[in-house]
Amino acid sequence: MENKLLDVTNLTVEFGGLTALSGLDFQLREGELLGLIGPNGSGKTTCFNAITGIYKPSKGSVVLLTKDITGLNSQKIYKSGITRTFQRLRLAVGLSVFDNLVIGDTVDLNTSVLFNLLKRKALRKQVDYQLNKVKNILKIFNPDLVNAIYEPISKLTMIDRRRVEVCRALISRPRVLLLDEPSAGMTSEETREFMDDLLEIKKKTPSLGIILIEHEMSVIQRVTDRCVVLNYGKKIAEGTYKAISCSRDVRVAYLGED
Amino acid sequence: MMHSNLKISTILTAVLTMGAMAVFFISFLLAETEISLLITVALGIGFFIFAKNQSYFENMIIFSNQRPVFFHGLIIIIISLILSICKHEHFALFMIASVTLYATACFGLTLQLGYAGLTNFAGAAFLGIGGYTVAILANNNVPIILSVLFGGITASLIGSLLILPILRTRGHYAALVTIAFSLLFKTFLELNEFLGGPQGIKIPPMNLFGWSFSEPVLGGSFYISYVILSLIVMGVVLGITRLVEKSWLGLHFDSVRIDEVASSCFGINIAFWKITAFTIGNFFIGISGGIYANMLGHIAPTNFTFGDSLILISIVILGGIGNPIGVLPAAFLILVLPEKLQFIQEYRLLLFSILVILVLIYRPDGLLNRPLRKFYKEWGPPFIGK
Repeated sequence: MENKLLDVTNLTVEFGGLTALSGLDFQLREGELLGLIGPNGSGKTTCFNAITGIYKPSKGSVVLLTKDITGLNSQKIYKSGITRTFQRLRLAVGLSVFDNLVIGDTVDLNTSVLFNLLKRKALRKQVDYQLNKVKNILKIFNPDLVNAIYEPISKLTMIDRRRVEVCRALISRPRVLLLDEPSAGMTSEETREFMDDLLEIKKKTPSLGIILIEHEMSVIQRVTDRCVVLNYGKKIAEGTYKAISCSRDVRVAYLGED
Repeated sequence: MMHSNLKISTILTAVLTMGAMAVFFISFLLAETEISLLITVALGIGFFIFAKNQSYFENMIIFSNQRPVFFHGLIIIIISLILSICKHEHFALFMIASVTLYATACFGLTLQLGYAGLTNFAGAAFLGIGGYTVAILANNNVPIILSVLFGGITASLIGSLLILPILRTRGHYAALVTIAFSLLFKTFLELNEFLGGPQGIKIPPMNLFGWSFSEPVLGGSFYISYVILSLIVMGVVLGITRLVEKSWLGLHFDSVRIDEVASSCFGINIAFWKITAFTIGNFFIGISGGIYANMLGHIAPTNFTFGDSLILISIVILGGIGNPIGVLPAAFLILVLPEKLQFIQEYRLLLFSILVILVLIYRPDGLLNRPLRKFYKEWGPPFIGK
């Protein structure tokens, strides 16, 4: 059996009287692509926000390998190896593709003021090193993007921006990658292309665990190993796509049958 | 291979443009009658439109990128010529030094507002902190170079206390904290006997390694010393600001400004970077305040009002938020124009405001908008926007 990577136990997020996420339990294994699905407002993004420290969970725990990361701030969670993308793109518009990708790799940058102002040659080496890294990761998703690294983000198409956002999350070699509806705003053809690249990444980095929020069931069926289904902040099913699509609860809540 | 691209015509037009700008600068500064001022402005606008159509300004940027030594040498020659022409003109020299020092302070604001996104409406208060620090230290025989540095350090330290409430607020509320500080600062000065109260405090003339700043220079005005000193300081601060922009520091500042949530999800400590930007920025403002106070010879609370803070912020906005080069023409326009418009008396502020509004209508991003951030100039053409 594969190693357990992320262990979420009884994760609960409350906003005042509203319980957005209630007692969620699930595990993510190394090399696994886990689908997180559920109707709008079922708590998928809240779950990501709670894992990445944007929201403080009211109860429960999140353990990465052996490290308890519950309630840590976002920076510490990033440093322990969890990165994410956002449902509504959160790239730094106004900066270049290169800058946006390097923001994903801040753990690898020397940010001392004196280093940056005085050791310009060493800085140049770091920039060139990052340049190489950025080019290599962009090549996986779209070789054309390599020629656009000095261009502003605003010149890219939607799918390329999504790709840049995923590259930004991958460049620091995280253990867990959280993808919040990356196919939003893409055509089905673009989504297919994107998911192919994602499967490629999964094959190349067997220790990486990915959680994917996705609405399109055919995509979930094609790429995920297992799924967790949420409704009203509670887990209503877990298992392979085949298993959950047979579950009556899931059909009622999500697929609109009764 | 890049050098071979530089055509003679590019160099010539670049040099011509720089020369024309210098001629405009000096005739504007020295114009005494309304007619001569009007002619200068008309010719200036005429040349500006012509040069813009012929892309002379682009040539200037290309020239500065590809022949930096030549370009900066030329600037020094032009400045020396300007200084030798107006070496007897006290007022013109005083204005040049003021513009230079305000611009230096605005580089600090550029770091804060333009890079890290911190609105600082207390610029004049930090100028004042620098100024009063220098006043106290200079009156106690501390060498001037140390007291100016201490002026910067004190501004940084007080700023890092002020940043604590700012970190707990966002957006407009952060700006409000600085407004409150700016108003408090002036009241504090007026009530403080030790700092001279409303009458202010005298500062002995500067003496830098035996170079006395109260003596005439080369038979000209003693202000020349201050002009030279402030130009040097401005050059250094501008250099540092640009190094900051073209480094990981600049990237972190920009990221914090653009999206705090995304930044913190990628390990960027928002509070740390805001404090860093605020501290470095206030240091720059503090040292320019220190030299400014020394040049005035006597400072009072009325030199550092909230209105002056607004002037500093409007220079940054008019110049183009985040572009330190834009600060230079903007500081010149905002400080010198009202002085030159004195012949229309009370209408001058009206005309001045209309002018600023017009500039912002036609150039909403300021006179020179900030080009795309890049680490090295060979990464692409210099004009590429966002």
